Amino acid sequence: MRYVLRRLGFFVATLWACLTINFALPRLMPGNPAVAMMVRFKGRVNGQALKALEIAFGVNNGESAIRQYFAYLGNTFTGHFGVSLTFFPDQVSHVVSSALPWTIGLVGITTVLAFIAGTLVGMLAAWRRGGLLDSVFPPLFVIVSAFPYFFLALMGLLLFSVTLHWLPLGFGYSNTDTVSFSWHYIGDVLDHALLPATVILVTSVGGWVLTMRNNMISTLSEDYVRMARAKGLSPARIMFAYAGRNAVLPNLTGFAMSLGFVVSGAILVEYVFSYPGVGYILLSAVENEDYALMQTLFLFITVAVLLAILAMDFVTMALDPRARTQA
Amino acid sequence: MSTATLPGGRLSGAQGPWARFRAGPVGGLARAISSNRKATAGFVILIVFCFLAAFPGLVAHDNPQAEIYTPTLAPSGAHLLGTTAYGQDLFAQLIYSTRESLLIALAAGLLATLLSVIVGVTAAYLGGLIDNVLSLVTDIFLVIPAFPLIVVIAAYSKNGGDPILIAVLVVTGWSYGARQLRVQALSIRDRDFLVAARLRGERRWRVIVSEMLPTMTSLIVAIFLGTTLYAIVAAAGLQFVGLGNPDTLSWGTMLYWAQNNEALQAGSPLWAIMPGVCIAMLGAAFALLNYAFDEVSNPALRPVRKRRR
Repeated sequence: MRYVLRRLGFFVATLWACLTINFALPRLMPGNPAVAMMVRFKGRVNGQALKALEIAFGVNNGESAIRQYFAYLGNTFTGHFGVSLTFFPDQVSHVVSSALPWTIGLVGITTVLAFIAGTLVGMLAAWRRGGLLDSVFPPLFVIVSAFPYFFLALMGLLLFSVTLHWLPLGFGYSNTDTVSFSWHYIGDVLDHALLPATVILVTSVGGWVLTMRNNMISTLSEDYVRMARAKGLSPARIMFAYAGRNAVLPNLTGFAMSLGFVVSGAILVEYVFSYPGVGYILLSAVENEDYALMQTLFLFITVAVLLAILAMDFVTMALDPRARTQA
Repeated sequence: MSTATLPGGRLSGAQGPWARFRAGPVGGLARAISSNRKATAGFVILIVFCFLAAFPGLVAHDNPQAEIYTPTLAPSGAHLLGTTAYGQDLFAQLIYSTRESLLIALAAGLLATLLSVIVGVTAAYLGGLIDNVLSLVTDIFLVIPAFPLIVVIAAYSKNGGDPILIAVLVVTGWSYGARQLRVQALSIRDRDFLVAARLRGERRWRVIVSEMLPTMTSLIVAIFLGTTLYAIVAAAGLQFVGLGNPDTLSWGTMLYWAQNNEALQAGSPLWAIMPGVCIAMLGAAFALLNYAFDEVSNPALRPVRKRRR
């Protein structure tokens, strides 16, 4: 129980830190760039929305910083993020909620697939030391993991879309389509997602393979594995339930760190493919100096990552009895 | 092998500048690099890039910024990689870009490593409340997705130039190393030689700097390699989306201009391919060195030799 409470405490602390970073950044920057944005905003926005933006960026400093801070926190928790300049007159919350499903679908599915595939390959590579998997994959993945995601995305675009015309050039679905639950529409969405998803999968799977292989090599030399062998258990049982189960634990904690990395890469992949997800919107917000949208997106990305980490903590608890009893 | 008897009857292994060099930290590093094929490959790539960064004029003879040639030429003898849509020589741009890309990566890598050493070792050595606070801060920075944060900071400080870019990379890149260093520093904190130093009455920072840090060199080097790799990829990504300074010459900004002119669709794909290849090669050099370093410091990970019958 203490483990759960500690992880929840960390979740709250990190969330608070992010909110505070979000609040402090525009105020710390020289010449408060948000002020310039507000000037362009005037006359185009109704009074209430303007007020929310003023609180968020500390313009018209009649109030003390502490009062502003609490007003900002209140606005955030009640979902008042202001108006988007890029997609005027849309509310920021509306823009974000229409972009989120695209990213969660793309990044969520590829991350889970990469984790499962990478863990299995790493497990097998360590199980058959010196075999084909073990000698080919690790060095290959070391090199691929150094590739910037967006570069691989550009190359995929060049090969499959520009040269071969097999796949669409970008965006989430064809312009001629209407959003519906028809087979045609779903097929079209998958067609557009195939290339970005493959890019994310290929670049992120390597990290899992390498760490899993290295963990597995050290668990395989543990006494309990030798004991399991001596008892005459089946190789599959030893591999999955004895060595693999213990080797995957550090990887689950590592999941927390890598997830942020994958999300970062996915932002650039979305940018290359003009995929209408959070990353693409984030960069267009930056381009248009749409600070309200930008900050809200940063917040949502962080919260999504934090929630995934929390979920991983619970999986760790299910797999590792030590986490349940100790700590 | 190295202790051959010299004519004078002395053992060369014990004295002599060469022997001393081999036994020292630089010699140890040199042996580690030459004994591991992955490390050798990474090291050679790195040396080539360092040479290009130092003497670009020896390799490329055109002015990289001059917009004087016919735009979008195909590769030829006069223009090895063709020209850009602005009529610049692509090969010269590529070579001259090495310096800035390498400098940003190394500066950010070094400073981030320094910060992680300071935070990680201080937390472990002082312990107690300071350790708790520093560890919490480290963990928070570890899980906040770095790239969105970089984008937000860079957006607010538009056209801040390279110092801002480096600062942003340091702020987002130090936490992983700090955490690893803290764990290692904790494990050696109560070893005898450190207790002895404390009992001698050495000052705290002296114990840390001259007794504790030397024993952690290999981890610090590994962290430097990893952080630099991160800085290469992150800096390229930022410049690619236009958040660097687009007027300077670096591989990331080359990609930015290529993307802006839709180089892939407009028939000059090399404009986008070559800077990406360079970024990937530089990244691969650091990744290979890092991987090899893992193998050197952890013998269990070394590739198993096939047994001969």
